[in-house]
This record gives sequence, C-alpha cells and structure tokens, in this order.
Amino acid sequence: MTDIAASLDSRMDQFLAGARACVPVAISVAAYGLVWGVLARGAGLSLLEVIMMSALVFAGSAQFVALDLWTATPAALPIGALVLAALIVNLRYLLLTATLRPLYPAKGLLGGALSMYLVTDENWAMTVAAMARGKGSVAFLMGGGALAWIAWMSTNLVGYGLGSAIDDPSRWGLDFAFTATFLALLLGMWKGRGDLVPWLVAALAAILTSRLVEGSWHILVGGVIGSLVGAYLETRKNADKS
Amino acid sequence: MLTSPEAVAAILGMAIVTMAVKASGFLLADRLPRDGFAAAWLRHIPGAVLAALVAPAVVTGGVAEAIAAAATAAVFILSKNLFAAMAIGVATVYAVRLLVAG
Repeated sequence: MTDIAASLDSRMDQFLAGARACVPVAISVAAYGLVWGVLARGAGLSLLEVIMMSALVFAGSAQFVALDLWTATPAALPIGALVLAALIVNLRYLLLTATLRPLYPAKGLLGGALSMYLVTDENWAMTVAAMARGKGSVAFLMGGGALAWIAWMSTNLVGYGLGSAIDDPSRWGLDFAFTATFLALLLGMWKGRGDLVPWLVAALAAILTSRLVEGSWHILVGGVIGSLVGAYLETRKNADKS
Repeated sequence: MLTSPEAVAAILGMAIVTMAVKASGFLLADRLPRDGFAAAWLRHIPGAVLAALVAPAVVTGGVAEAIAAAATAAVFILSKNLFAAMAIGVATVYAVRLLVAG
C-alpha cells in the first residue's frame, strides 16, 4: 500500500518535473499557437474544426502546412493532399519516438505506442536530454507533453478569438526560442569528440536539404545521415579495438 | 457553420497518419537488435536530429541569429542553465534585429 502510494508520488513528481523542464519551449509553443489560431480563422476553419484539429492532430508544423491547403468551401477541400502533407511533415517522428523506446518496459507495448500521441519535438528533446544524464521517465515525457498540449490548445483558441490583433512572434524574438533551447540541449548532450563528426554531418546535410526542399525534410535527412555516420564511426572504432 | 463531413474526414485522416507515424517509430525500435550497429544508430539519433533542427535556423538566418546562437551557446556552457540560455538567445535576437533594422 505505502509502496504504491510512494510510486504514485514519484510518478507525479516526474510528471511535474517534465512539465517544468518544458516551460522554456512552451513559451514559444504558445507564441506560435496564437499565430496559428489567427491564421486558422483567416483560412476559414470553424471553431469546432480548430478544436478538433488541435486536439486530434496536435502537430504544429503539420497544422501550419494544412492552413495553406485549407478551403472554406467543404466541397473543394483537398482531403488527400491534407492527409499526405501531414504524413510527410510528420515522418521525422519515426526517428524521435524510436529513441524513446528504452524508457518503457518490455511488455505492454500498446499503451506505450498510444502514449506517443503526446510526443512533440519539445518534450522529446527535453526527455532525451534527461536520458543522456541517466534520468528521464515516461511520466517526465508525459508531463512535458501535457504542458505543450495545454499551451498549444489554449493559445489556438485565444488566437482564433482575437482574430488579427496579434503581433508576429518574430517581432519579439520569440521565433528564436526554439532554436536557442534546442541548441542548448544539443550542447548538453556532448559526450566527447566522437560526437563532433556526426553532428557536423547532420548539420551540413540539414542545411543543404533546407536550401533545396521546402518543409521539414531537413530534420529527417540530417537526423538519418548524421546518426548513421555516428553509428558507422562507433562500430568501426570498436572493431579496430577487438 | 459548425463543420462539414469533408472537414471531419480531412482532420481524422491527418490525425490517423500522424499517430501512425509516431507509434511506428516506437514499435519499430523493438525490432532492432539491442547491440551492434542498430543500437549505436539509435544512440546517435538524438544529437543528429537536434543538430539538424538547429543548423539551418542558425545558418540561413541573418546576423542576429548567428550572434544570438553564439550568445546562447556561451551562456549555456558557462551556466549549464537552459532557461538562462534561451532567454539570452531571445533577448539577443530581439536587440540585434532592432539595431540592424533601426
């Protein structure tokens, strides 16, 4: 009995710690949430559609792309293009959720797979940073995801209600909050010189891709190539030793 | 206007493919061997993805982004404080954009 209570307590602590860790990025999520709400109104989404999309899709970049394709007349709505765009923009999540697998126990995969719903770039980054320090847990991941969800949904609604009376976040430098936080997280993951080449390769591949193709392909391309180079160098080094 | 069947279909379709991708990565990780190349690959994904997220924003931005990235990195290396690093980065971008624009 006390064991169960203690384990619930520690899960709650982890959940809150995850939410706290995500506050810096939640500020940026909120700023973009406002903008998305304003643009969604302009694109002709109804309030119910805004709520459904943010609750069910819950993926910022895919939702921004969807606004470009949305039409106010239902008959003209390009359903196939909307679904395909969401798939392509979100393909990077294959890499992100694969790295979270070690947090979960060997059994009970269905629940774990469903909990991936709450994974965003932001709480993923915070959680893998915690994992690199030997910390991080499912509750930590969920706490950050819950904060991101609340920040996204609430500011979408405020933006939708306010209409066009919203500033561009870049006017206040808030567009840089993502980049600054992710850069600091990256530096915190530095384990030694073995990281240098894979990170540089990932960065160069991402820069090249972002120049050539629109959208979020640079994350997927840089992430795959950089991590493969890292794995190749690491296994080759180990093979040399043995 | 509340919604339309077309809009509901589009939103549900978007939600299903998004959830499918997220769940697939998680489930596929189980199929990978626990050691050797595949395990090393998984270990290197977080750093590579973060580098891929950050690099284009820093390089293709302007002077403001480059200076702010340097300031963010310096503050984080010295203080190990994520929030301070983020706040300095945002403040620097704001200040340099004001100076450059005005």
